[in-house]
Amino acid sequence: MSNKTDAQDLAFQGLREKVPWHKAALRAVLRNPNMLIGIVFISLVVTLALLCPLLIKLGILRDPFVFDPLNRLLPPGRSEEGDLFLFGTGPLGRDIFSMVIYGSRISLVVGLSVAILAAVIGSAIGIIAGYFSRLDDIVMRFMDGIMAIPGILLAIVLMAILGPKLENVIFALTVVDAPRTSRIVRSVVLTIRESQYVDAANAFGASKTRILLRHIAPNTFAPVIVQATFLFASAILSEASLSFLGAGVPPDIPTWGNIIGEGRIYFIGNSNIVILPSLGLFFLALAVNMFGDGLRDSLDPKLRGKT
Amino acid sequence: MQRYILKRLLAAIPTMAIVGVVVFSIIHLAPGDPAAIMAGEDADYEQVEAMRESMGLLDPIPVQFWRFVSGVAQGDLGESIFSGHKVSALILDRVEPTLSLALLSLSLSILISIPAGVLAAWKMNSVFDRVVMILALTGYAVPYFALGYVIIFLLAVQVEWFPAGGYIYLSEDFWGYLHHLLLPSFVLGFAGSALITRMTRATMLEVLKEDYVRTARSKGLGETIVLLRHAFRNAANPVLTVIGFSIAGFISGVVITETVFAIPGMGRLITESIAQRDFQIIQSTILVVALIYVLVNLTIDILYVFVDPRIRYDS
Repeated sequence: MSNKTDAQDLAFQGLREKVPWHKAALRAVLRNPNMLIGIVFISLVVTLALLCPLLIKLGILRDPFVFDPLNRLLPPGRSEEGDLFLFGTGPLGRDIFSMVIYGSRISLVVGLSVAILAAVIGSAIGIIAGYFSRLDDIVMRFMDGIMAIPGILLAIVLMAILGPKLENVIFALTVVDAPRTSRIVRSVVLTIRESQYVDAANAFGASKTRILLRHIAPNTFAPVIVQATFLFASAILSEASLSFLGAGVPPDIPTWGNIIGEGRIYFIGNSNIVILPSLGLFFLALAVNMFGDGLRDSLDPKLRGKT
Repeated sequence: MQRYILKRLLAAIPTMAIVGVVVFSIIHLAPGDPAAIMAGEDADYEQVEAMRESMGLLDPIPVQFWRFVSGVAQGDLGESIFSGHKVSALILDRVEPTLSLALLSLSLSILISIPAGVLAAWKMNSVFDRVVMILALTGYAVPYFALGYVIIFLLAVQVEWFPAGGYIYLSEDFWGYLHHLLLPSFVLGFAGSALITRMTRATMLEVLKEDYVRTARSKGLGETIVLLRHAFRNAANPVLTVIGFSIAGFISGVVITETVFAIPGMGRLITESIAQRDFQIIQSTILVVALIYVLVNLTIDILYVFVDPRIRYDS
């Protein structure tokens, strides 16, 4: 007998070695330094965000809702009494550092909710439009109509109608983002619909529902999950823009956009109020995009390097 | 050719109709009674009813919708609930700043991103390529308002090269106009060029691998001619599509940038109207903006044919 290894044996048969998914994922991450940086930063933010209430309770972080008029607009560093304000204080005397940490919770909740909702709803619409050609025209024209209104404007208007609430921000951004996802999914479905395996399933007499759920939907998964990461990043930025314009969550809740909006008239003397939450916003969006780029490269090598 | 243009024009009609329906629904979904707002705070029930009658809010919805559509078709966008001014006049006042900002920033971003993308693809994996790609990645993640404030801080407060905000009309003083627009346009243009740069680079990388590029090179043609005439012309189409996509981003960016730089444009009009809950203005401005967006995309669809004659416009 030859002493061929299993891997050689598989290669001889033209098969790939079966790698458990978690090992494959780990390999993909280690191969892509950008993705690794993204994941590390996101994990850091998520951990801090999760621990935030505990840190406040233990007194390590100041309560971001407590006004302290005596200590308003302090620069980063120690106050005269020797209290440490790492990022300085805002116009109402709130500690910017704890506001930024607390604000990450809102950003993450909005980003995650919008990414999941827009991906699920957009996929459902895209799959239906792509598979049932009779519905295609009507549904996609409607989506085009929504997409013809620039996203932030549509979100602003929906917020003006619905009122300032976190759920409404999530709803408004989902309405904006779902049509874009549906268009991507639809184009994928249009290609899959013509593939041989769908023909084969048809010939076997599979029902439409079965073809949709077993043969078409799973194949849209990779592009949707990549799209969802980009939605996550753009939702974080949009939420901040809405808050900044005064059309987001209520102004007393410390979100990154609200902190920036509140601090912008003090920008010349106290640029820390605007710059520090902006940096949080920038690095989180950057990390999510880097993660998304890496994810796309490993899920679909054909797209490597593309936008 | 004419048939293609006609077809494109016809395809834009249902889109605009949907926009019309969405926008029309806004005023009916909006909380608060526009008649009550217009009648003033101390109007009694009869006065509000009379106002409702005169505004036509008692008519059936389809009648109101028809009136809205025919009004829009004749350029009548109604009156501001808050001030009573004609909305079309209010919007017209705000068009110049917004259009100037959008056009200047779009031109800036095309001027930055296409050469950057072409050169990055040409010198793939060089230091230049790396720097461009890192900048493009950051352009995606940078919030407009943050970049705006940082730039104001550096160039308007620290060194006072540029004004920190405001707007001068083109008819008043051309250099002042340009001087005031340069910073906001740069902010918007930088953020907008990220996507275009990446797309230019990606398509150029593919085109540069083609046989005809190798042939052109082996004929002894200069690199500039190969890059521009042989490669870029074939890469131009996807780039044009992405420019079309990013117009929506530019319009969104304009709203925010106008707030940061205190520019009295259409974006400010919308945010001010939201503070005053003036849904008539909001409704009409959104409609105008959407119309502009649809027209721009229509123009791009038609431009395809000129850029790439291979496009079959009879299909």
